[in-house]
Formats: sequence, C-alpha cells, structure tokens
Amino acid sequence: MASELALSAQIRMQRVAPGARFELDVQLELGPGLNVLFGPSGAGKSTILAVIAGILRPEAGRISLAGRTLLDVTKRVDLPPEQRHVALVFQSLALFPHLDALGNAAYGVPRGLAKRERLERARSWLTRMRVAHLATRYPSSFSGGEAQRVALARALASEPSALLLDEPFSALDQSLASELALELTEHMAALPLPVVLVTHDRNLARRLGKNLTLLRAGRVEQTGLARELLAERD
Amino acid sequence: MIDLEPLALSFEVAAIATCLATVLGLALAGLLTLPRIWGRELIDAAITAPMVLPPTVLGYYLLVLLGRESAIGRTFEAVFGSPIVFSRGGAVLAAAIGALPLITRASRAALEGVDARFVAAARTLGAGSLRAFLSVSLPLARRGIAAGVLLGFARALGDFGVTLMVAGNIPGQTRTASLAIYDAVLSGRDADATHLALIMTALAMTVLIGAGYLMQRRQGGI
Repeated sequence: MASELALSAQIRMQRVAPGARFELDVQLELGPGLNVLFGPSGAGKSTILAVIAGILRPEAGRISLAGRTLLDVTKRVDLPPEQRHVALVFQSLALFPHLDALGNAAYGVPRGLAKRERLERARSWLTRMRVAHLATRYPSSFSGGEAQRVALARALASEPSALLLDEPFSALDQSLASELALELTEHMAALPLPVVLVTHDRNLARRLGKNLTLLRAGRVEQTGLARELLAERD
Repeated sequence: MIDLEPLALSFEVAAIATCLATVLGLALAGLLTLPRIWGRELIDAAITAPMVLPPTVLGYYLLVLLGRESAIGRTFEAVFGSPIVFSRGGAVLAAAIGALPLITRASRAALEGVDARFVAAARTLGAGSLRAFLSVSLPLARRGIAAGVLLGFARALGDFGVTLMVAGNIPGQTRTASLAIYDAVLSGRDADATHLALIMTALAMTVLIGAGYLMQRRQGGI
C-alpha cells in the first residue's frame, strides 16, 4: 500500500484539557480509498484529523501526503492549512451560513480558474452529490442529509489530495446515515485519494471499513480488516 | 430660521471620519484577534484611550503631531498646499479619533464571536488567512460590526473638544453642530441652541436604537 498517493502521519502531542491530560502518539499509513479510524470518544480521532489538516500543531511529528511533506517538526516544515490540499469535513459541517450551496461548493475550487469555470465545477459536484436543486438555497434551510451532501461537494470541489471526514453521519438517523455512507463509498472508490473517516459507530465502521485502524486512549491498538477486527469483539 | 449649515457640515465630517475609522478599526480588530500577536493589551489600551482621556489631551497630541511646525504637518502642507490643522481635514481627524475605539471594540468582539470552525474550514479549502478574514469572518461578524459603525458615527457626529482644539471654530469649515450650539449659547441665541440640541438628540437616539436592534438580532444567529 506504499502508494505515491498515500498519507503517512506520525504524530505525538500532549493536550491539557481541564481536568484531564491527553497524550496522543500514533503512526498511520493510509492508502488511497477509504480508511476508517474507529475508537471511543476521547481516543484522539478528531485531534488526528485536525493535525493532518494543519489546524492543530503537534509537539513532534511528520506528515507527508502524495510525496509532499506537510509537516516535519524536526526540520521546521509546517505548511499552513491552505497549502496542504487536505479537505476536512467537520462534524458540525461548518457550511458557511452566508453563502448559498453553490457559493459554499465554489469556495474551495482552485482560484486559478475563471469565475464561470469555478462555478461550473462547483455545480457539477453538487450534481454528483445529488443536491444541484439546492444551489441557490442557504444552509439554514437544509435538512441534515442535504447539509451533509453539500459539505461533501464543497470538500471534493476543492480537489484535495486527501479527504478527512470527522463523524460525518453522526447527526443523521440510522437509515439515512447508511444510505449516504454507501453512496459515499461508491464515490470514494472512484477517487484516487486517501479518505479518512472517523467514527465511534461500530456498525458503520464494520460496514464501511476494509482498512480499519482501532484507536484507544491516543494509541493505535490494531490495524487490519474491519470485518475481522470488529467481529472478534462481539 | 435655523441655520442648517453646521448640521450639514457635521454630517459630512462624521461620514468621512466614520469611513476612515471603519477601515482602520477593522484592520486593528482583525490584528487583535490573531492568535499570536505581540503587545495585544498595549495596542488595545492605546486604541481605547480616546474614550477616557480628556479631549484637551487628545487635541494637544494631535496639534503636536500634525501642527504646522511638525514633520507630518509640514509635509502635508507642502503636498496639498494647506495645513491639516484648523481645516475641515482636522475636524475629520478629530471625529475619527472619537469613533475609532467604538468601532474597533465592537468589531473585535463580533469577530471573536465567529465560530473558529468556519475559519478553519475556509483555510482547509485553500483560503489564506487574509481571504478567510475577508470572505468568512467579516461577513459573519457583519451585524456586530455594523452596530459598532453606527455607534462610531454617532460619536463622530457629536465631537466637540478635540474638534475645537485641532480644527478651531471656522464657520462653514469646521463649525459643526456641536460647536454651533456652543456659539449660540455664548451669544445668547437660545432658540438656535435649543433647536440644534433637539435635532442632535433625535439623531443620536435614532442611531442608538438602530445599533441596539442590530446587536439584538446578532444574538439570534447570524
């Protein structure tokens, strides 16, 4: 799996939260396609995504993506988020409330293009995520599933080298979540980039994850096939 | 018949001053919300000082800084052919200094109230910190900023002390409504003073109600 497109991360950091000290020490090799980070809340899953995206800075570590070094603390390399080409879909989605769906989707489309071209690409991603009809509507009017789809369209329209999804279906009911999850995996299969999905939902993890990393208390406990890892514990 | 010229002048001066103070205030507010910035409290105190210092102190500083003997004053006069002090430009500066702390403080509070995840999302989508500020933070903070701008405008409209010291009391040039009221009282034109005072009060109340409305709406979301 040591592909040219792979995301490799080695992260060590300590965070002192009120009443708790949290230590993260992980090494991850994530290939193209869907990778699931599974573990209970507090295992450090979201922190890992924020570090990869460049929103949080670890004390020590090295991150490389598709042959580019994003972070190397010992060599003082630390690319800002906008130069990492890593799209992060937050648990809260963080759709811009002052922009309509098209404006949201167009926000991350590479700036080198003419405006019409950028809007065209944004529109095509909305279409692929089956929310083209929402183009001129604002996030406050979206249902949970619609917001999810727009957020994914926005992330993918930025043409990232890696896509990070933080508990992307946690706000949806079970049936909607599995429907979206399945659709998403189909899209992901067609995209030659590492997709990292964080979840504490055992069923979702088992259904989605061929490649699963089991996290607990800031450490990697196991890696392997989801079916095998999660079946053992039932 | 009441002389409307001072009122019109007040409006003109306050409008230009508010524009200046808004551009500068937004830049300063953005600077003050950066995660790592040296001397944050010092900058904050320096911007806020005009709210608590006597107008004479501010006026004195401005005279020293911009007067016809100062380096800035001489340069300005050489380029534009007339001095800054005791001119309409001086009145604009005096009003802007009053408005600046109100606009900066309100904008900073509004910007700090923007959910950091929106900014983080913008950054991961390829926006540098300046673009994220202009296209995400500013629009999301717009109500709080607008409220601050309204307060700043009301303050600029009513400046008296600094204007008198830096710009003087020149009819048609620097005699704004607040100075005209002072003149009217001194020369016993009580009716003029009353009229101007009532108009100024009505203006201030209108602006304050508008600002209060904006502040209230802001709490409900964006």
